[in-house]
Amino acid sequence: MVTTAHDRRVKISITLLRILIGWHFLYEGIVKLYNPEWTSFGYLASAQGPFKSIFHSLTSPSLIDWVDTMNVTALLVVGITFILGIFEKKGALVGIGLLSLYYLAHPSLPGVQQINVEGNYWLVNKNLIELAACILIYNYPTAHFFGLGHFRKGQLTKTQ
Amino acid sequence: MNWTRRDLLKGLGGLPILGAVWWAGAASVVNRKKKRSEILNQLNISPSLPPAIPGIDGNPVRIGIIGFGIRGEQLCRSLGFATDEWKEEMRLAEEEDPNNKVLEDFLAQDRLNVNLAGICDVFDVRAEKALRSFSTPENKIKRFTTYKEMIHSGEIDAVVIATPDHWHAPMAIEALNNNVHVYVEKPMTHTVEETYRLKEAAQASKATLQVGHQHRQTLSFRTARDIVEKGTLGHVSLIQTNTNRNDDNGAWNYDIHEQASAQTIDWEQFLGSAPKIPFNKNHFFRWRKWWAYGSGLSGDLLTHDYDRLNCVLNMGIPDAVSASGGIYTHNDGRNVPDVLQVNMEFPRFSTGSSQSKGKEKGMTFCYSASLGNSFGRPTILMGHDATMELGNKLTIWPDTASTRYADMLEAEKMKPHIPIYQYNPAANVPDAISSATSQYFADKGLMWTYIDGVRVDSTFLHMREWLSVIKNGGKVSCGIKEGFEEVISAHMAGLSWKLGRRIEWDSENEILKPIEGVNFDEVLLFNGKWEAPNKILEG
Repeated sequence: MVTTAHDRRVKISITLLRILIGWHFLYEGIVKLYNPEWTSFGYLASAQGPFKSIFHSLTSPSLIDWVDTMNVTALLVVGITFILGIFEKKGALVGIGLLSLYYLAHPSLPGVQQINVEGNYWLVNKNLIELAACILIYNYPTAHFFGLGHFRKGQLTKTQ
Repeated sequence: MNWTRRDLLKGLGGLPILGAVWWAGAASVVNRKKKRSEILNQLNISPSLPPAIPGIDGNPVRIGIIGFGIRGEQLCRSLGFATDEWKEEMRLAEEEDPNNKVLEDFLAQDRLNVNLAGICDVFDVRAEKALRSFSTPENKIKRFTTYKEMIHSGEIDAVVIATPDHWHAPMAIEALNNNVHVYVEKPMTHTVEETYRLKEAAQASKATLQVGHQHRQTLSFRTARDIVEKGTLGHVSLIQTNTNRNDDNGAWNYDIHEQASAQTIDWEQFLGSAPKIPFNKNHFFRWRKWWAYGSGLSGDLLTHDYDRLNCVLNMGIPDAVSASGGIYTHNDGRNVPDVLQVNMEFPRFSTGSSQSKGKEKGMTFCYSASLGNSFGRPTILMGHDATMELGNKLTIWPDTASTRYADMLEAEKMKPHIPIYQYNPAANVPDAISSATSQYFADKGLMWTYIDGVRVDSTFLHMREWLSVIKNGGKVSCGIKEGFEEVISAHMAGLSWKLGRRIEWDSENEILKPIEGVNFDEVLLFNGKWEAPNKILEG
């Protein structure tokens, strides 16, 4: 009985985490989706760290539109899967991938200039923490507990 | 299948959250856009597009280059001719910094229908460099010993003059009198008297004169003109424009070539009308530091700022000019000031007013320069309704006390610290600029402009326009009228500094108001700060 209550608290906590991350991703995606002037150009062009040349190359006119579309799509995918609670493992993988790119483009490495950041970071920054949270969501799915996944077979409340 | 309320809550609980976040995101963007378009609709500003230039067809224009120094080489590149040495230098610069696209831009530049046919430079090394770089078996370039020889040869259709200032007018006049087209660097002349002679020659000539103020091609300035004409700024009462440099190159201490000697330089020809002094390498390579050959800050850099604004406002020659300053940062034997403040008065000028009729009229153009500090003070136009920062980028802020925007400010649709308009054609173009001096020119919109997000050398556009007018007729952007206004204003500033008094313009008679006992040209040519000949005055 103790274990069940404990499990339930863990489930609720992780579900809350999932919803909040989904909320964050979805809002970012929507704001970019509805703003035709938005572009990831500045973010990529100002990339720092060991992979900066790769990120700079993404700013080329032939690639940038594609990069922007991919970025918005990925944000929406994570947002929708996390909030609705469906295909959340796939969504978590997309989130992990996207956050890795964000982290690598502007890593919090010593000696690397921090651009447009509101705090002070050493190796660990908020992107990395959110990434770790996505790993947790990947490994501990909660869609069956709260989300469309609940309608999947075997999850429904037993009725007479 | 039976679903309980609990199932529905657990299964579909995410939907309202999704809807709420989606709505909030979309609403915030749409709302922001609405506010923005409301402001933009009121301002009604549209970024200018480059004018269509008729092609330069037919036989190539045969061009003679007079002066193949730093600027001469730059002008040749705009015409499509770069030396091997420069290409190698740029290749290395690109290796060091992949963002440095100077060579790439040069190679991508459209070809102009021109033939480099002649070169004239009093320094053998430079003339030979031009021949070595540009002369080919199919197109032999001829070296002329003097500009007269070149102009009278019949082998040249047009000359590009990039010499010290004291040679600009004599060469341009000679060419125009012989119907040879002229592209002359600024300032157009070195004395007041020759300014009038050049004006007459240009008006009488069948040839086309273009003064080298390439920024007239900069699209942001054309947009700025539209902004001012629409009354966006209200009455502009003050313009602040500046020169901020703090390096040797910016203070005209250019390199002295190791092969320079009395044998390799035709010193007599270099001197021309200047005082006869023995051969002096310092004077030859760093001529901008002496009034005998150059015109100091007022002729060299003020002219850029003045003409940039004249291009936007078309304000003409100031009624009065007063200047002050001195040699405070580079006391190295020069006699032109390195710190200079110039106030130009336009008491009858107005950019329009949003207030009661007659309340606002008149403007001061304030130029402030130092060669001892490089803090980037921007060019700003200060109007009753808004302030505009002018460069390759344009930014406009509403003024707290604006009459025109009072309602929008009251409704907080505009906020004084938030720009109401920003024009940045370079936003998507990464730039790598190598030197402080090029950064200085680039920020001012003097080096290049952006067409459809592509960086284009504005000197190339200026040259192309000149060549097109030569072939097809029409009007150049910086002809004799603009050149006359630019150089008279610059001379007024130089005279004011030298005399320590206010210089006035008689717009009715189109002359400088005479000052008793002062010969303006004598003052301009005097190699040093001129002092009034008291004895004559007293006598």
